[in-house]
Amino acid sequence: MNRIGVVVFPGSNCEYDALEAMSALGAEAQFVWHSATHLDGFDGVILPGGFAHGDYLRPGALARFSPVMEAVAQFARAGGAVLGICNGFQVLTEAGLLPGALQKNRGLTFLCQPTTLIVESTKSVLTRGATVGQELVIPINHFSGSYTCDDETFASLVANDQIVLRYKENPNGSRDDIAGVSNVEGNVVGLMPHPERAMSTLLGSADGRVLLEGFVGAPVGAH
Amino acid sequence: MEVNYPVIVDVTLREGIADPEGATIERALPALGFNGVTHVRAGKSFRMNIDATDESSALAMASALAERLLSNPVIENATARSATKG
Repeated sequence: MNRIGVVVFPGSNCEYDALEAMSALGAEAQFVWHSATHLDGFDGVILPGGFAHGDYLRPGALARFSPVMEAVAQFARAGGAVLGICNGFQVLTEAGLLPGALQKNRGLTFLCQPTTLIVESTKSVLTRGATVGQELVIPINHFSGSYTCDDETFASLVANDQIVLRYKENPNGSRDDIAGVSNVEGNVVGLMPHPERAMSTLLGSADGRVLLEGFVGAPVGAH
Repeated sequence: MEVNYPVIVDVTLREGIADPEGATIERALPALGFNGVTHVRAGKSFRMNIDATDESSALAMASALAERLLSNPVIENATARSATKG
């Protein structure tokens, strides 16, 4: 059975959704407080959505200095599967574990709505169970979700197949409609949409399952 | 001997990075009768006091902490200046 750690920062608010989604997929998930200094025994780690450390200064700016982030970096370097959802994605970019940055949405409005995503790469631990071109309806819920990076970074994202998901209709001004990216190796992934909120047709969509099933079944790294 | 130096750190978006706040402010100005205002860029300013032996070391520390915490170098530039001058 896969053991998944769900990191909880002061201000996280999607940790129960993430834990529930992991449990629904048969994983053994448990919370990891942000002061933890190791992630031994986990096969995968999720940084959930919310407002870690109040989003003071910039989303993720203070969370990247939480003790657990050094452990997350080590875990990632060892090949462990790391997923950042929404605020978790912002934290991963601030920590330098994923390229680019998330800016305020174009239009300066908080967006809470379903979006249609297109799977662009299946080499990441999140999308390995999906197919390229597959459309998924998954909600977004963010104010700072406009993905940005310089031209050099963008070229390397394209060259290394790191653009994992795109929006079919760009809701927030993200560069090249990017909704999610991975690191070069594909074991660290971040996305602004919330797959853990798309686990049941009763609640609007079950399209998040194919992503999170892939993540739960992701190859076990050194841990 | 260490002296307490007042320092201001300005954080602005890097050239070429989209600034939706600046753009929105710029669009709002003509409606208020302020015409001819262009190139509006929004940013942040931080004021602090730093204990240091001289002003240049205070500014160096401010630049270092601005680089590490106050700004995201991926999209922002940070500059430190003395708050006692000008």
